[in-house]
Amino acid sequence: MQPLISRIESTLARLHSEARAGLIVYLCAGDPDFETSLALLDAAGEADMVEIGLPFSDPVADGPILQGAHMRALAGGQTVAKTLQLLGDWRRRRSDTPAILMGYLNPILAYGVERFMRDAAGAGADALILVDLPHEHGHAVRQLAQAAGLSLIQMVAQTSDQVRRAKILDQAEGFVYQVMLNGTTGAQLVQPELQMGVLGELRACTTLPIAAGFGIRTQEQARTFAQAADLVVVGSALVQAIQDGPSEGAVTRCRETVRAFLNALRSGAGDDRPLADALDAIQTRD
Amino acid sequence: MFHDQPSLAVDADSDGMFGPFGGAYMPEVLMPAVTELAARYAEVRSSPDFWHEYGQLLQDYVGRPSPLFLARRLSAESGGVRIFLKREDLNHTGAHKINNCIGQILLAKRMGKRRVIAETGAGQHGVATASVCALFGIPCMIYMGRRDMEHQLPNVKRMELLGARVQPVDTGSATLKDAMNEALRDWITHVDDTYYLLGTGAGPHPYPQMVCDFQQVIGREAREQFLRLTGAPPDALVACVGGGSNAAGLFIPFLADRGVKLYGVEAAGRGLDSGAHAASLQRGRPGVLHGNRTYLLQDGDGQIMDTHSVSAGLDYPGIGPLHAEWFESGRVSYGSATDDEAVAAYRWLSRSEGILPALESAHALAFARHLVATLPAGAAVVVNLSGRGDKDVDTVLDFDAFGGA
Repeated sequence: MQPLISRIESTLARLHSEARAGLIVYLCAGDPDFETSLALLDAAGEADMVEIGLPFSDPVADGPILQGAHMRALAGGQTVAKTLQLLGDWRRRRSDTPAILMGYLNPILAYGVERFMRDAAGAGADALILVDLPHEHGHAVRQLAQAAGLSLIQMVAQTSDQVRRAKILDQAEGFVYQVMLNGTTGAQLVQPELQMGVLGELRACTTLPIAAGFGIRTQEQARTFAQAADLVVVGSALVQAIQDGPSEGAVTRCRETVRAFLNALRSGAGDDRPLADALDAIQTRD
Repeated sequence: MFHDQPSLAVDADSDGMFGPFGGAYMPEVLMPAVTELAARYAEVRSSPDFWHEYGQLLQDYVGRPSPLFLARRLSAESGGVRIFLKREDLNHTGAHKINNCIGQILLAKRMGKRRVIAETGAGQHGVATASVCALFGIPCMIYMGRRDMEHQLPNVKRMELLGARVQPVDTGSATLKDAMNEALRDWITHVDDTYYLLGTGAGPHPYPQMVCDFQQVIGREAREQFLRLTGAPPDALVACVGGGSNAAGLFIPFLADRGVKLYGVEAAGRGLDSGAHAASLQRGRPGVLHGNRTYLLQDGDGQIMDTHSVSAGLDYPGIGPLHAEWFESGRVSYGSATDDEAVAAYRWLSRSEGILPALESAHALAFARHLVATLPAGAAVVVNLSGRGDKDVDTVLDFDAFGGA
């Protein structure tokens, strides 16, 4: 059963009362194995929301860091069923943090879309992002997601023109995900001014909360985009931090990285620094 | 005859679907580029100027029409069934791939694109792409699996001489599927100025439509040539299918000839039940990969499986959506040939007719070898000799020496 007020809504309300943007962190389920992944997710659960990646053999929207995560997970025997089990195990210990399943269409087609939605909702998912399901083909999947009480989160890109963006926003629910760069996950953000402008444009078109993702690698970047977005997504930077070091310290590095990004957003709460300063900070850093 | 606007017999619907297959399933960053491409292609598709320029280049640069050759010594060994070869191997750059590249480079030029990328398996599409990019002075980057580069070194050198950069791909199985993943990632990253010149009948709409349109010249010529020779259509057509572009190009102009049997030949590798093959239709299930819904070789969890074929050009876990539709409708029958049979057919054609066929095309020939035994004397079969086999000399010699790669 879904709660009367969804976890996503209550989290957004809490963030609003704290006057800050929220942190979404991404981890690929089963990377590098089920038990480690569960421990990492427990640590990552300190973030405001988590995205749990469904591993796929051909993740075309992902850069090298997350490709590595997908391949390690598959080599470790991860399947769709095990990802839902992982989510369920995690959910029993974390009742409040929204969980968004993120992946590619084919493994869900193979599992059976209707069955997937039912089992995902049963395991404690709140929403779903399907990277390679554009709005043109999304109708049937969205209906099945809604029937199970899941939101199908829509993505908009810088390349989406006004007409296309309006069509996407017509179908959007929960929040809308702005892809911050023309590139794969984890690529370098090169034009922060442009990207701030993109968030501003999107804000003018929707009353839904906005998540900014793809390419947010540093705390400065997170803090800057938090001024124009309601949620900031960090994926590759977290996976990289977990990978950078011996395996026994992985969970600690995961927790510390999540806390560092959270602190960056908390310290930026109600921040009225001029935008130009924040942009300077990013450019100096990169 | 080649400068007229062709009648294009097959149309995707407004969602880019051929029946339940096809479509455009891409990350949002690429969707605007894909829909713009579809819109621009719809414009040129009805433009006589475009088809005139395309036809002129096919004649003067590619050397079309390609001959339809009666293979007398093969026929003599085939119980009185005549085997005709559609000589796409005689095209400039040595395969049917150039037909598609000419069409797409003209589109890229009209769209004002400043950079072209492509994937390649055997290297034939890479060579054809590098050639048309040289012809139009457009910088070009070819993604190729490292394993394929090792097997197809002469084509790598040809692409480099033509001015292309060949980017090795190490991910996954380091073959055609992975080269396509990397090309798509490049396109995501350089979507504003880059044209992705996709070489097979798969991929997001409008690519399957474009590739079929640009390859139909094979079947239009073959049909006219055959009718002129004999006054009636042939009994059967045979073509190999990886992504399926040469087969679709041959078949489409014959679709209305209901008496003509159409055979697509998949790569059975070490055998259809060996787990080491590339028979997407005969051993796959529908799913979504590389932007289209089609038959895929995948495991129970929807993960795409590694494939195997002695011919790099057929070593792909999917197939164009049009073939998926023909497979389900039954309009085309799909058979297969193993590595062993393809290599034997390569030798057969070389010795019998003095023609080295591409190992891809040798699959079609190997299947035709069995097919003729089921046909009455006097029947006629057209086999699409989609490419030439110089690139495969080392592979064939190694195969004979070591019993396969």
